[in-house]
Amino acid sequence: MARQYLLGNEALAHAALEGGMGFAAGYPGTPSSEVIDILRAERPPGVHVEWSTNEKVAFENALAAAWCGVRALFTTKHVGLNVAADPLMTSAYTGVTGGFVILSADDPYAHSSQNEQDSRLYAAMAGLPCLDPTTIEEAHALLRDAFALSEEFGLPVLFRPTTRICHSKADVELGPVPAPQTEATFRRDPRQYVVIPAHTRVLHRRLNEKQPGIRQRLLELGYNEGVVRGRRAVVASGIAASYVREVLPDGVSLFTVRAYPLDHEQLRCFCLEHEEVLVVEEGAPVVEEQVKQSAGCIRVYGKRTGHVPSEGELSPAVVRGALGKAGYIDVTPPSPAPEEGLPPRPPILCAGCPHRAVFFAMRRVFKDAVFPSDIGCYTLGLQLGAVDTTICMGASITVGSGIAQTAGGDVVATIGDSTFLHTGLPGLVNAVYNGANMVLVILDNRTTAMTGHQPNPTTGMTATGEVSPKVSLEALCRACGVVWVETVDPYDMTGLIATLREAQDKLGVRVVIAKKPCVINERRAKVARPRYTVDVSACSGCRTCLRFGCPALALEGETAEITPLCSGCGVCAALCPKGAIGREGRPPAKGGAA
Amino acid sequence: MSFDVLIVGVGGQGTILASNILGEACVAEGRSVRGAETHGMAQRGGSVECSVRIDGRFGPLIDPGSADLLLSFDLLEALRYRHFLKPTGRVVTNTAIITPTPVFTQQLSMPSPEECLARLAPFRPLAVDAADLAREAGSELTQNVVLIGAASHVLPLAPESLLAAIERSVPPKTIEMNRQAFDLGRTRGT
Repeated sequence: MARQYLLGNEALAHAALEGGMGFAAGYPGTPSSEVIDILRAERPPGVHVEWSTNEKVAFENALAAAWCGVRALFTTKHVGLNVAADPLMTSAYTGVTGGFVILSADDPYAHSSQNEQDSRLYAAMAGLPCLDPTTIEEAHALLRDAFALSEEFGLPVLFRPTTRICHSKADVELGPVPAPQTEATFRRDPRQYVVIPAHTRVLHRRLNEKQPGIRQRLLELGYNEGVVRGRRAVVASGIAASYVREVLPDGVSLFTVRAYPLDHEQLRCFCLEHEEVLVVEEGAPVVEEQVKQSAGCIRVYGKRTGHVPSEGELSPAVVRGALGKAGYIDVTPPSPAPEEGLPPRPPILCAGCPHRAVFFAMRRVFKDAVFPSDIGCYTLGLQLGAVDTTICMGASITVGSGIAQTAGGDVVATIGDSTFLHTGLPGLVNAVYNGANMVLVILDNRTTAMTGHQPNPTTGMTATGEVSPKVSLEALCRACGVVWVETVDPYDMTGLIATLREAQDKLGVRVVIAKKPCVINERRAKVARPRYTVDVSACSGCRTCLRFGCPALALEGETAEITPLCSGCGVCAALCPKGAIGREGRPPAKGGAA
Repeated sequence: MSFDVLIVGVGGQGTILASNILGEACVAEGRSVRGAETHGMAQRGGSVECSVRIDGRFGPLIDPGSADLLLSFDLLEALRYRHFLKPTGRVVTNTAIITPTPVFTQQLSMPSPEECLARLAPFRPLAVDAADLAREAGSELTQNVVLIGAASHVLPLAPESLLAAIERSVPPKTIEMNRQAFDLGRTRGT
């Protein structure tokens, strides 16, 4: 096949098909989402592709497929692996029949994440082999071969790309796709699949007995290799090894790590040829700790010695800085500084985003409330002063009930529809069960927007486009024991504020469902609403509308202006105290509604 | 050595499509290429950057002080990423500025287009009214291709390769329009 310019995640999706994968499940999360998105767009025959409701659910579905002998892929972002950590740890005991690859994409610098955790540590804790590609081309080859490797060990294999593998591009040559193994049988064997104490103790011993064989096999495969070129060396892993190759001076040795567990003897032999070793890796000092154990009395530089930053992501410039600090090269002059004093351009909720109206109304009704929130586009409600906490998926409701049970006062939590189904639901059951006093606003836009508009059980469509029953959030909340559930149209500012006021006066857990499709999806579906416009003769220049923060609102001279970004939600017209905003082609309504 | 291009703009302006066109042109010429993109929440109207390293063989990232070309879809963003250029680097930029919303909500000051261009002067900026030329080509949506046309004199890629890449990257119905956008940009760039 000819070379193609591909996104890392595109190359990974294709690699899975080349590896004979027959089952893929995941939950969307940056930077991993496009792997399943590409698989579901391609709809390869005989391959089951699904967006699951959360990572634990996806992991267990894929694990079961692998127990039936089918090659399976589970995709997640690094923090999603926390959600799936329970089955992960014990899947190392049960092992697998069909190859099972756990693709957990790390996000150094937390480009789109709540932390910078390192998935390699999970592999070490579980006793699983882990692959850590240094380029997109390698990522493609390693993932393709990982399914066979998993079958060889009878263990899941953890595959750890980072943002700069997933969301980078390179010219890649793809290979042929074999027909996937679709014949699936579950072979009953309680001693393997029923982890009662008597079974699990035996399984744990078997897992430990596999470890030397794994190390030996990875050594034979040559995934980790050292080239001796002098008395100084760099040991590098993952994408950081690419940065090292770019800036490494002549006469400095390089040991490249692509797979774990590392072989101590191989590392020791390499280190002994050198006087000092600099370890360059993103995330935790995983390789560095191993090198320190293997290197004897040789000087080892890295994160622990302050040569390499312990947070954020690396780059050629950062690696050059580390080489300079270690004395491998002359210290380089500082990089040119960015221009100062420019107005920032942070990401912002879209023009016409229904979430903005909800946040605005919440702030108007609940003056002194605490606003726990969650993970999605709506975390941007921070800019509107309506997000006080986020910690992880689903935690808006639980943090909300915890604050309500201790500090009291008004608590208004916000959560999206997909996040609610992900891990919000148990928190709602708990809040009702334990008698919390709080308001929950479900921002129901019928999609998983932030990660690229993946469908979810409220959408009415599966990952591969089959019609599915739409989950009723109203019925679900009532089934949890919530007595007061109201659904509102967030574009109806008057109704929204009235509903929130009513919620404020009640006790117990109250749920407001603010239901409106995501404005981006509406645009794609060619839903056309007339734009709004400002009657400059009526505008007093009071800036009330500008404080709403919609990107379609601007100031032209002393009066407000609505730009072509306007999607016609009309909320600003309701906010204008002068009634100066109206639909294009219609006279503005007199007086503000809110 | 790679020829490093940083493409910057505002989320939603089509920087990724522009970077795809450069990448496809490299593949058409049988050259290696590396790129990096902004995905996820940062795309929501925020400042975005894509790198394309023509003849790149290592990682996708471009260090500050090392880019050969800054291709900017917004004049203010050109200034924001100016420090990525090497002293001999060039700027090709749109003349338009989308005013960042915080300018209105927090009443921040913003440099005028003239000030922006003056501060970019060491990099011999080529400023193009991309919207105007795109309308002439048939649609404002072709602004990214106009800018690629304008930058084509600086890029180490043949115009034929760029055009072939454009044809592969845009919707089939819009090929003729985009071809015209490229030509208009290229003429403006001379």
